[in-house]
Amino acid sequence: MGYPHPRHPRETPVLSEHFGDPAARTLAGWKARGGYQALEQALAMDPVAVQNVVKDSGLRGRGGAGFPAGIKWSFMKPDGKPHYLCCNGDESEPGTFKDREIMRWTPHALVEGVATAMHAIYAETGYIYIRGEFTEPLEAVTAAVREAYAAGILGANAMGTGRRLDIHVHKGAGAYICGEETALMNSLEGKRGNPRIKPPFPAVAGLFGKPTTINNVETLTAAAHVVRRGAEWYKAMGRPDNPKSTGTKLFSVCGNVARPGNYEVTLGFPFKDFLWELCGGAPDGRRIKAVIPGGSSVPILTAEECEAVFMDYEGMAAAGTLLGSGGVIVFDDTADMPRQIARLARFYAHESCAQCSQCREGTAWTTRILERICRGEGSFEDLDTLLEIGEQMSGKTICVLSDSCATPVASGLRKFRHEFEAKIGRKQGKAFVPSAYPTGLTPAAAGSAP
Amino acid sequence: MTAPASPAAPASPPPPPSTVRLTIEGIPVEVPPGTSILEAAKQAGVLVPHYCYHPGLPVAGVCRMCLVDVEKFPKLAPACATAVADGQVVHVHNEKAKKAREGVLEFLLINHPLDCPICDQAGECELQDYTFQEGRADSRYREPKRFNPVEDFGGDVLYVPNRCILCTRCVRFMSDVAQDPVLNVSERGDRAFIGKAEGHDLTHAWAGNVVDLCPVGALLSKDFLNKARAWELDRSASVCTGCSQGCNVVLETRDNVVVRVKPRSNTAVNQYYACETGRLHYRWMNRRDRLEVPLVRGEAGVPMPAAWEQAIAAAARTLAAAPRLVVLASAGLSNEALYLLSRIRGPGGEGVFRVETGPEAPLAGAPDLALRADRAPNGRGAELMGFARHDQPLAALQAGDTLLVADHDLAGLDLAALDRAGEIVVIGTTLPGELVSRVAVALPTCNVAEEEGTFTNLRGRVQRFLQAKAAPGEARPTWSVLGDVAEAMGRGRAPMLPADVFAALAGDHPAFGGLTYAGLGLRGLPVLDAAPAGGTS
Amino acid sequence: MTYGPSAGAKLATTPAHGHDDAPYQPVFTGAARDELETLCARYPSRQAALLPALWMIQEARGWVSDGAVEEVAQVLGVSAAHVRGVLTFYTMYHQHPVGKHFIQVCTTTPCNLCGAEDVVNAFLRHTGCGELGVTSDDGRFTVIEVECLGACGFATPVMINSRFLESVTPDAVPDVLEECD
Repeated sequence: MGYPHPRHPRETPVLSEHFGDPAARTLAGWKARGGYQALEQALAMDPVAVQNVVKDSGLRGRGGAGFPAGIKWSFMKPDGKPHYLCCNGDESEPGTFKDREIMRWTPHALVEGVATAMHAIYAETGYIYIRGEFTEPLEAVTAAVREAYAAGILGANAMGTGRRLDIHVHKGAGAYICGEETALMNSLEGKRGNPRIKPPFPAVAGLFGKPTTINNVETLTAAAHVVRRGAEWYKAMGRPDNPKSTGTKLFSVCGNVARPGNYEVTLGFPFKDFLWELCGGAPDGRRIKAVIPGGSSVPILTAEECEAVFMDYEGMAAAGTLLGSGGVIVFDDTADMPRQIARLARFYAHESCAQCSQCREGTAWTTRILERICRGEGSFEDLDTLLEIGEQMSGKTICVLSDSCATPVASGLRKFRHEFEAKIGRKQGKAFVPSAYPTGLTPAAAGSAP
Repeated sequence: MTAPASPAAPASPPPPPSTVRLTIEGIPVEVPPGTSILEAAKQAGVLVPHYCYHPGLPVAGVCRMCLVDVEKFPKLAPACATAVADGQVVHVHNEKAKKAREGVLEFLLINHPLDCPICDQAGECELQDYTFQEGRADSRYREPKRFNPVEDFGGDVLYVPNRCILCTRCVRFMSDVAQDPVLNVSERGDRAFIGKAEGHDLTHAWAGNVVDLCPVGALLSKDFLNKARAWELDRSASVCTGCSQGCNVVLETRDNVVVRVKPRSNTAVNQYYACETGRLHYRWMNRRDRLEVPLVRGEAGVPMPAAWEQAIAAAARTLAAAPRLVVLASAGLSNEALYLLSRIRGPGGEGVFRVETGPEAPLAGAPDLALRADRAPNGRGAELMGFARHDQPLAALQAGDTLLVADHDLAGLDLAALDRAGEIVVIGTTLPGELVSRVAVALPTCNVAEEEGTFTNLRGRVQRFLQAKAAPGEARPTWSVLGDVAEAMGRGRAPMLPADVFAALAGDHPAFGGLTYAGLGLRGLPVLDAAPAGGTS
Repeated sequence: MTYGPSAGAKLATTPAHGHDDAPYQPVFTGAARDELETLCARYPSRQAALLPALWMIQEARGWVSDGAVEEVAQVLGVSAAHVRGVLTFYTMYHQHPVGKHFIQVCTTTPCNLCGAEDVVNAFLRHTGCGELGVTSDDGRFTVIEVECLGACGFATPVMINSRFLESVTPDAVPDVLEECD
C-alpha cells in the first residue's frame, strides 16, 4: 500500500509502486524504473492514436467526475489555436490525499503523464496547478520539471522530436473550489476562483479563452501507463461483468480506521474485504458505523450497506452513493454523526465562492442549524428545514459545491436520524429516548412529546 | 366557399433560417439565434424574475433567480445564460420554477435585515416585489444575522452591506461600462461583500448609476437619503438639461418639488444611464427667487406688477418699436420657445446665445455617450432656429438696440454692453438683479420642469419633455407667453398647444420635415440634417 | 515526519506588532522584479501572474498590505480593486501581520474524527495564544484552524508557515514548538 504502511498482497500497485522510495523522485531514478518510455512512445504516435488508446482503455477521470479521459481528449481538434492542458493538483476534497503522494513520490510520473496528454491534445503549454498548502509536492514537481527541461525532455524540442512542450507549475493559495475545472482556469488567469457557467465548455473556450483540457493528477499519471502498456492491459483489470470501470484506483483511507493510507486496488474490488481485511476495520476493537466512500461530497453508507458494495463507478452508484475521488472516510461507533456532519457543512460554508444565492447562504445556514442542534438548542422542525434547504441547494447552481453540502446532510439525516433526534431538546433538559437504531420512528409514534 | 389550396403550397411557411422558434408559457416566440431565454420571454410578454441580469451588462448568471423549466432538460436552466433552441418548451410559472424562486428568495432574506421601514428602496425594491409575489410568508431563520457597518463609497454612493444580495451588477457596471474598475467582490461565502481598494472611490462621472442598478437598498444615493418614499413620488418623463447629450430622464416630485432625477432607457441616446451632473443638478428647478408676476415699468421707473394682458401688450409695443432687436436666448429653452423667439426676432433682428462648457466625461462602455462639453440641452436647437453662438453675445448690441433677454443667464457676460441697449425686455424664469432698474417689461415663464416641449440634442435628435410640477405664481409656459407676444406684434396667431408650435416649426424648417409632436413619442426622433453643426461633438 | 523548506525559501517574517506606518517600500525591484517578469512570461496575460506575485510579496514581507496591493496592481496592469478581490478570496494570503510562526491545524471531518481539536487546544495552550487567530504577546505564534490539508491519512496534519507536519498528536506539540525559533 501507499507509504508509510507495507503493501497488502491484494493490492495492485501501478501508480503507487514507488511510494516511499526516494530514489524514484529523480529523473535518473524514474528512468531506471521505466520512466519516460510512455512519453517517447506517445511522441512517435499521432495524437489521435494516443487519444484512441486511452479511450479504448476505459480510463475515467480520477478526480471525482469519472468522465472518460480519452473522450475528453478527443474534443480537442487541430484547429490552429493554442491549446492548453491543465493538471488539477488542487486536491482538497476531505478524505482524499492520493494526488499528493503521486506528486511527492513520483513527480516525474506526473510530468510524463502531463506531457503525454499535451501531445494527445495538440497543446504546447501545460500548467500543473498545485494547491498552495502542498509544500513538498510543489518542490518535488518543480524540481522534476526543471530536471526534465535540463534533459531536453521538455522545451522547444521535446525528446528531439521538434515538438514544443512547456510545462509550468502554478501554486494555488487556499481555495477548495479551485479544484472545480472552470474555477481552476479562472484562478490560473489571476482571478477569484469562481466557477464559470457552461457553455462554453473548456474544450471550446477554456483557459485564456482557448481550447483547454483539464485532468486530475491520478488520471494523467495513469494515462502514461496506459500508453506504455496498452489498453488491453488496463481493461483486463476490473470486474468481468462491468466493462465500464477499468484499471486501478488509489483509494485514500482515513478517519477511525486501523491502517489509514492510500491503497491501490483494481476497480470493482469488494468493499467489505477492502474495509475489514485491507484497512483493518476500526481501531482498538471498535465497530465501523458509517463510511463515506468517495470524498465528503458523496452520500454516507452505513457499515451494513458497505458489505455488499463493489468499488467501481457502477457499484457505488448502485449502492446509492458515488465512487467520487475515492476518499474513504471511516466513522466508528464513537463518532458523533451530527457533529461530524456539522463540521463538514462548515467546510463547505467556508469554501463557497459566494456567486450563487443558494450556496452562499445555504451552506452557512445549514452549518448554523447543525451547530445549534449540536449545542442542544435544536428542534424537530430544524430537521425538516435542513432537508428542505438541502433540496433547494441541489441542482440549481453553477457548480456542485452546493449539492455537495446538501448530500451528507440528507444522507446523514436519512440514515442516522436517531443521533440528531437525541440532541433535540437536550439543552432544555428534555430527553427524547431514541429507539433501537435505525427505525425512523417519530416522537409522536414513540409516545413522548417533543 | 373558398377554392381548395393548390397542392404545391405548403401548409405553413417554414421559418426564415435566421430565427429560432420556441414556446414560452404557452406563447410561441420567434427570435434571432443566440437570444437568451430571458430576452425571448420579454417578447412573449413574460417577465422572468431576475436580479443579476441586466441588458446593459455582461451576463453573470449568479443570482439563480431566473431558473426556468425547459422541457427535456435534466435541471432547471438559468434563463439569462441559456440560449434559445428550436422547439424548446419553457415554463416560467410552473411548480418547479416557482419553488426554485421561493428558495432563492428565502436564501436572500435570511441575512437580510428587516430594514424596510428605514430603507430608501422600499416601494421600489425588487426583493420586496418578488417576495410579495412568490416568496414565503414566514421566516424560518433562527440564527444571528451577519452584520457589517455602512460604508461611504465616495461620490454620491453609500453601501449598506447587510442588504446586499451580491448580484454584482455594480461591479460589472464599473468594470465593463464605466471602465473604472474600482469595485470588487471581497471575501468568500456568506462573508462576501462588495469592496473597493483603499483610496479608489466612486468618483467617476457615471458611478451614480450603480444606485439605480442595485435591485435592493444596498447602494444608496446620499443625495436622496431619507428624503422621500418611493410611493409618494409623482413621475414625469423628461430630458436632462445638464448638457447637450439629451439623456432621457424621469423627474420625480413630491408636493410639487423635484426631489430626484433618474435615467429613462433610450438605446439611441443614453442606454440606461445618467451621469452625476444630470442626476444631482435639479435643485435649481425648485428655486424660489422666481419671477412670479408680470412686471411693467411704472411712472417712478420701477417695475410694477401688471396684469398679463397689459404686460403682453407693453412687451409687444416695446419690441415692435425697436430700431433693431437683439434676442439673447438661453440654450436651455425648448425648440418651441426658440422658434417663436425667431418669429419675434424677425428678419432684421439678431439672435445670440452663450453656452457654458466644461470637460467631457464619456461613459466608455456605451456607444456615443458622454457628459458633453456643452452644458446646455438645446444649443443645437438654438442654432437651427437661427441663433448664433458667441462667447460674449452682448458684444452684438449696438447703441439704441432693444435687448430681449429670454431666460439667459447673465453670469460670465460682459454687462458693460448693457449700457448700449435702449430698451430691455425680459421673458424668463427669473429677473436678474442687474436688470431690475433697466427692464421695461418682465414676463414670468415656466422652467423645464413646469412646461412641456422638445430639445434637439447634439446628434440632432428631437426629444420631448413633459411637465412634472406646477409653476409658481402666475408664470406661464414659455411657448404660450411668446406666442401671445408674437401675435400682439402681428407675427402670426398665438398657438393653442405645444404640438401646434411644433407643427409650425416643422413647416418652416425642412430639417424637421416629417416629424410630428405625437410621432416623437417619449424617445424622440432624429432631424433630417443629422450631422452636428460645426464638426464633432 | 516533517518536510522543511528547501534551501533558499524564506519563512514568513513579520514586524513585531501591528501595522507599520513607515512609507511603503516596493518589493518588485532588482532581482525580484526580474523574477516577476520571468513569471509573467509563462502566461499570455500579466494578470495570470497575480497569484505568484502575491506569494512573492508575502514571502518578502509576511503579509500583503494596502501598499503592496497598489504595487502589484501597478506592476501587473490590473486594478487595485481586482487585486484586493483576489487577495481576500484566497485564505493563504495574510491581509494583516501574523505571528512569526503561523500555525494552521486541519480540523475537517477526517482529522476531526482523529482528535484534531485536541491538537488545536494543545497548540493554544502551549503557545500561550489562548484564542484562535490571536497572535501571542511575544509575537511568535498565531494558531488557526484550517480546512482539509489533503493529508487525511496522516492525521493530524499541521502547517507552520510553509512547513508541512504530519501525524501531529497533542503530546508532540511541545516538541514541535521547541523547533520554532
